[in-house]
Amino acid sequence: MDKLKFAFYWAASCGGCEIAVLDIDEKILNVVEKADIVFWPVALDTKYKDVEAFQDKYIDVCFFNGAIRTSEHEEMAHLLRAKSKTLVAFGACACFGGIPGLANVSDRDEIFDLVYRELPSVSNPDKTTPQLTYTAPEGELTLPQFFDTVKALHQVCDVDYFLPGCPPTPEMIEQAVTAIFEGTLPSKGSTLAPEKALCEECPLEIQEKKIPFIKRPYQVTPDGKRCLLEQGVICMGINTRAGCGARCIKANMPCRGCMGPTPEVADQGAKLVSAIASILGVEGEERMTEKEIEALIAQIKDPLGTFYRYTLPISLLRRKVIKK
Amino acid sequence: MSKSEPRIGVYVCHCGLNIGAVVDVAAVAQYAQTLPGVVVSRESTYTCSDNGQRSIQEDIENHNLSRVVVASCSPRMHGDTFMKTCETAGLNPYLFEMVNIREQCSWVHTDKEQATEKAKDLVRMAVAKVRLLEPLEKQKSAVNKAALVIGGGVAGIFSALYLANAGIKTYVVEKKPSIGGHMAQLDKTFPTLDCSLCILSPRMADIGKHENIELITYADIENISGYAGNFQVTVKSNPRYVIKENCRLCGVCAEKCPISLPDEFNMGLKKRKAVYIPFPQAVPNYYLIDAGHCLHITKGGCMLCQKNCPNDAIDFEETEAVRELNVGAIIVATGFELYDATQKKEYGYGRYPNVITNMDFERWVSADGPTHGKVVRPSDGAPPQRIGFIQCVGSRDEKEGAVYCSRICCMATVKQATMLREKYPSAEIYVYYTDMRTPGKGFEEFYQRGREHGIVFIRGKPGEIEEDDNHNLLIVSEDTDSGLILRNTLDLVVLACGLRPPEALEELAQKLHLSRSPDGFIMEAHPKLRPAETSISGVFLTGCVQFPKDIPDTVAQSGGAAAMAAALLTKDEIELEPVRAAVDEELCIGCGLCEENCDYGAIEVKKTEEGMKAQVIEVACQGCGVCAASCPQKAVTVRHFTDGQLLAQVTAALEPEVIV
Repeated sequence: MDKLKFAFYWAASCGGCEIAVLDIDEKILNVVEKADIVFWPVALDTKYKDVEAFQDKYIDVCFFNGAIRTSEHEEMAHLLRAKSKTLVAFGACACFGGIPGLANVSDRDEIFDLVYRELPSVSNPDKTTPQLTYTAPEGELTLPQFFDTVKALHQVCDVDYFLPGCPPTPEMIEQAVTAIFEGTLPSKGSTLAPEKALCEECPLEIQEKKIPFIKRPYQVTPDGKRCLLEQGVICMGINTRAGCGARCIKANMPCRGCMGPTPEVADQGAKLVSAIASILGVEGEERMTEKEIEALIAQIKDPLGTFYRYTLPISLLRRKVIKK
Repeated sequence: MSKSEPRIGVYVCHCGLNIGAVVDVAAVAQYAQTLPGVVVSRESTYTCSDNGQRSIQEDIENHNLSRVVVASCSPRMHGDTFMKTCETAGLNPYLFEMVNIREQCSWVHTDKEQATEKAKDLVRMAVAKVRLLEPLEKQKSAVNKAALVIGGGVAGIFSALYLANAGIKTYVVEKKPSIGGHMAQLDKTFPTLDCSLCILSPRMADIGKHENIELITYADIENISGYAGNFQVTVKSNPRYVIKENCRLCGVCAEKCPISLPDEFNMGLKKRKAVYIPFPQAVPNYYLIDAGHCLHITKGGCMLCQKNCPNDAIDFEETEAVRELNVGAIIVATGFELYDATQKKEYGYGRYPNVITNMDFERWVSADGPTHGKVVRPSDGAPPQRIGFIQCVGSRDEKEGAVYCSRICCMATVKQATMLREKYPSAEIYVYYTDMRTPGKGFEEFYQRGREHGIVFIRGKPGEIEEDDNHNLLIVSEDTDSGLILRNTLDLVVLACGLRPPEALEELAQKLHLSRSPDGFIMEAHPKLRPAETSISGVFLTGCVQFPKDIPDTVAQSGGAAAMAAALLTKDEIELEPVRAAVDEELCIGCGLCEENCDYGAIEVKKTEEGMKAQVIEVACQGCGVCAASCPQKAVTVRHFTDGQLLAQVTAALEPEVIV
């Protein structure tokens, strides 16, 4: 049998997904035994023009990590889609927009103003910001366009499978690769992770089902037994997909939702807001004044960054309204 | 979703000019025709009329419609009408959606163009939702043909008698040791001045001995669960420590009892013993021991009552009794509480002995009262010669938390002033009023007669009362009719206290899941057309628990509530609304948020082979959707209001605007 052809690509990402691939350790040798890696910018010197030269569907499986932030990412998404039989959105950013997606509370002009003009460490007397073209003595130089809106991979091209996580665990990657080799992939569009919520994997116990107050993780010493929500820490586990093995919770940190919403949930953040609203400060709630309720809610610092940490671009909100 | 493309009919109603004057109905109907799946779209002057309904039915048959949208008034008004229209034509009534373009559009907007656009938006949303609706079947449930009346005042007494006389087994639960309520405390009733107990006590006795009535007094409602036709009510009766069959009402026990306490029935103006009978005509008519004050029960020893009872009627072994009642309907008749006049500090009630309330007056003037009916100055027992009544104490007073008019105090004061006039022909009687309100049969005549008999009505509410060393009361007020400042020194002042919802109503309302109006009384199902019903099916209302009212209005409403309850209880089975929650056990993680949030105890997390899973108790579920909203997994859906259906509506609402 011919060896399979794999490709890896990184769009707007931190590089953690690349490391995650290497985290399968020596099993990478089993992979290269059965597959050739034909494109992997972080490790191989294959150029874009080489990829363009591939025949359509030349790549068997392309693992695409990172969100779509610039026109370069979008072009590569279309290119790799055309050249791959199977395209896998790899990691939270490709699946949901991820951390870079939080920039959707802003837009290009605001980001450029801040990053290239306003930050105290910036010295930019001409107030220059990145331009699409620049004519240098050597000729015309171009830069990819920086979009106003960060998108997930499936929002710009057709995606076959989703492998969520920040980053996906070595076990999930291994299972996915095994399924590819054995031809046991589920139907197109599936997420290669369990359908259940993290609570199914979580070792902690639910007792009270009430949250009297909200605290930030550093303000609480978890007792290691009770559900973190009951201890006042916002844990996204109740509507986050399982599959990570509750790694964060086992390290006494709340789930932050990197596996994305469970299958039925359309909007991970909104769902968690309504779940928390239903149990936060329930005791005596009907006697509270508007101000007391506001104070209760104000305990949640950075609600958008908490509830939509990984999923803003695919949420109902998607982004802030651009006034232009 | 049905497999074939839905065939939708849209009907846009003019509602005469109600909608037609503001919304361009023809344009909306025309627009609806362009929406995906819409096969027929019509306008009609009155869609709810026979003609309007017939046209829907004909279209269902001729155009093979599989969905119907009516854009007209509120679903609450005519939702049922059109659901039945669909059903008659053989279409499942839950494949119907209503758009309210009257209350939500024509009645609240003046800009015709924009109102029309909004009506189009609303119709588009409904069409988007109706496509996704699924047929639902109503379940049936047997009706338990017994009723519970909560409260044994005049409201409860009459509703129970009406039900019992119709052959319905009726339980009456009263908190106090005797039924009778506030009416039993009144001396006379307006405007006829007949003796209150004379007209009430025969009916009280009827309650006590009616073959279809079981009276449970001195009891509290512990818990209520279930639904129309099948409520389970837990009632806890407090021990009376007296054996009913043995008590001969000789009163020896009370004679011997060493403990003396203020008598609640007489507003504390008289004393009673720790073993007592609330009032001579009490029903049930036997003694009881006040456990909170009985020497034997609180400290041990004594037992003088037991030792002296000639008939062994005292039983200190008695314990509280808890029982379960299974009833099909509940009538709430828990009445009112008098405004606590000590709150109105400027009038000095509780500090000045000669300031009394209207209910105190009733006891002073009663033959069974502290002075056997003689009205005196409490400070020195002298007959009062200058008497003032102050109206609207704790009513029509935003500061005191009641903007509403208590309705009965004007007439109660005219009655009391008239009674005083009879007793003291030469006394000066002043009534300080805000507005005299006498709308009732014979009321205005009664008021005018009072004026003719020299009762002086002064328009103007006094700011405060001062007291001199002899406990005379000085009132300064403005007569707003003449603009004069009046200074009056009075012997006795009667405060016409308003009616308040009882404090314990909050707990009962929670147990029954009843809504309350901003004034704190129980909200009726419709302010005009359903005054004796509540938002909870099978639970009815009568008397002052709904809003202050006089005795004839209360009795009339009791008849209404009993008729409504009887209509339910004479059926063998009732249909249950199928709009309920359903749990997908595959998705459920057993977190229990739904159980915690459900007001009706209708969802429970139980251990199953698959772990902890939520389960809906179908018959108890009211379809409110709290469980679905709180479920972090979307494992709970409410039929007819699924996320898919609602999101389709939201998406349709936002359709013209595309996010960049």
